[in-house]
Amino acid sequence: MTAYIVRRLLATIPVMAIVGVFVFMLLHLTPGDPAAIIAGDNATEQNIAAIRTRLGLDRPLYEQFVTWAWNTLRGDLGISMFSNMSVTKLVLQRAEPTIALTITTLIVAITIAVSIGVLAAARAGTLVDRAVMGFAVMGFSVPVFVVGYLLVYLFAMKLRWLPVQGYVPIEQGLWPCLRNLILPSVALGLAYVALIARITRASMLEVLAEDYIRTANAKGVAPPGVLLRHALKNAAVPIVTVIGIGVALLISGVVITESVFNIPGVGRLVVDAIARRDYPIIQGVMIIFSGIYVLVNLAVDIVYTFLDPRIRY
Amino acid sequence: MTVLAETVPVLPAFGERLRVFARRNPTIVIGGVLLAAVAGAAVFAPVIAGDPIVFNPINRLRPPSEEFLLGTDSLGRDVYARTVYGARISLLVGLTVAAVAMVIGLVVGLACGYYRQLDAVVMRLMDGIMAIPAILLAIALVSVMGASVKVVIVAIAIPEVPRVARLVRSVVLTVRELPYVEAARANGSRVRKILWRHILPSTIPPLIVQATYICASAILVEAGLSFLGAGTPPEFPTWGNMIAQSRLYLATAPWTIFVPGTCLALVVLAINLLGDGLRDRLDPRLARRM
Repeated sequence: MTAYIVRRLLATIPVMAIVGVFVFMLLHLTPGDPAAIIAGDNATEQNIAAIRTRLGLDRPLYEQFVTWAWNTLRGDLGISMFSNMSVTKLVLQRAEPTIALTITTLIVAITIAVSIGVLAAARAGTLVDRAVMGFAVMGFSVPVFVVGYLLVYLFAMKLRWLPVQGYVPIEQGLWPCLRNLILPSVALGLAYVALIARITRASMLEVLAEDYIRTANAKGVAPPGVLLRHALKNAAVPIVTVIGIGVALLISGVVITESVFNIPGVGRLVVDAIARRDYPIIQGVMIIFSGIYVLVNLAVDIVYTFLDPRIRY
Repeated sequence: MTVLAETVPVLPAFGERLRVFARRNPTIVIGGVLLAAVAGAAVFAPVIAGDPIVFNPINRLRPPSEEFLLGTDSLGRDVYARTVYGARISLLVGLTVAAVAMVIGLVVGLACGYYRQLDAVVMRLMDGIMAIPAILLAIALVSVMGASVKVVIVAIAIPEVPRVARLVRSVVLTVRELPYVEAARANGSRVRKILWRHILPSTIPPLIVQATYICASAILVEAGLSFLGAGTPPEFPTWGNMIAQSRLYLATAPWTIFVPGTCLALVVLAINLLGDGLRDRLDPRLARRM
């Protein structure tokens, strides 16, 4: 078991190395001088030269990469071009809203998705099943920002139940914080719910056709017990896989959701950096989000072994 | 004579066959018809809609009326005309991204599936690209290379390539061991011929299904990028740009956001329905899983 975890942990190193090379090479992919790209359209020759020395762009490429990679490993993601502050610090300052939004969404979305997925499988072929599947296709198709504005229009502007936008830090109280996160979480979680509900239903249907389910039913186990203890437990592996893969969906969604709801998180940091051509920020956030994605999927691989003792490595 | 006519088996009329097809594949028909309607609107945009670009400050934020079917935006531009023209960019991006990702992914997947030495290296590279969130990769590429439709297409296509490559590779890995491929190898067929004539055809059905999903996702990502200001340049009438430029007017002029928003959702829904229908017909192995 420990050997397996260590081996999986080691396997993430080449993946992250490739992510690193890719992110580092971004500025060098284009024909033209990276210093000139960073400096923008109205820069003078002097500005460009200053940037070149400051970022070490006059040194050989491999040397730049080694320095950059080493700094990144130590947690130093460089200096923001716009604010002259450390990117690591900027990201940490903005981390709370993003973490709060993501965790709320994860909890709500997974609970709802697995419940309706199980329900659809238990009532396969009925109206309930069709409604869940129809909802799932819709959930994939409506863009995050359209759902977001629809929710704001209905629940914040017309009904005035919830705030239009913004974020309240958690130390000002749990409810004020959550109140601001309800609409963003629903908007962000919709596609994720659709994805997980679909795979839950499919995986459950497969398991429900097994012989031991018939046995359980025959010996008189109560239907909820059959569904949850016998079926869902054995249907869990594909569901957990999709929960892990779907995190990519959440990460992309966070960037857009934070813009719609004006939440000052890491996603907004990136979006603001686009207009300012603040490449160190874009690169830093890419590395962090990719790292989180890789770690989540590593965790998923490890969870497998607990869910299904038959899986041995 | 009349007796003879009755005994000859006749093929059901075209209309009847169409009805049977529609009953068996409702999602293909609904998705296809919706998509055809949008494609028609995109192609005939100059015929069915007015000027999408012209400013008209006197007519700012007019609600839908007889003069302006779907109202006007904050610069007095006709929302109906802009929405119709917006279909052009969305479909162009969706189809091109699907085609580009498909071709590159197919080549990479075939090569990796067949040449095992290549596989280890190239697939690690693909894993790396897949680990970077697609929208961040696209944002970064667009901001480095400058915003244009061409760059947006490339930026959206790159993260899709690994997904196609993996799919093709997995098909190749199963097919290459089948007796008929071994027979082809044994009688001395060239590798290129084996790949092209014997292996490629098996990859096509799942690829078509995958292409529809990529097309749908590309349209969503393009709209998202435009919305964030990292996509198609703002002077183009795209659905994402329309929504981004109207975000301050949600309370006063909701049609400026919900008209393009609804179109976006409908087009993506149509493509997803088409994809689900095609998957059930073309790729039963996958159909059972989802």
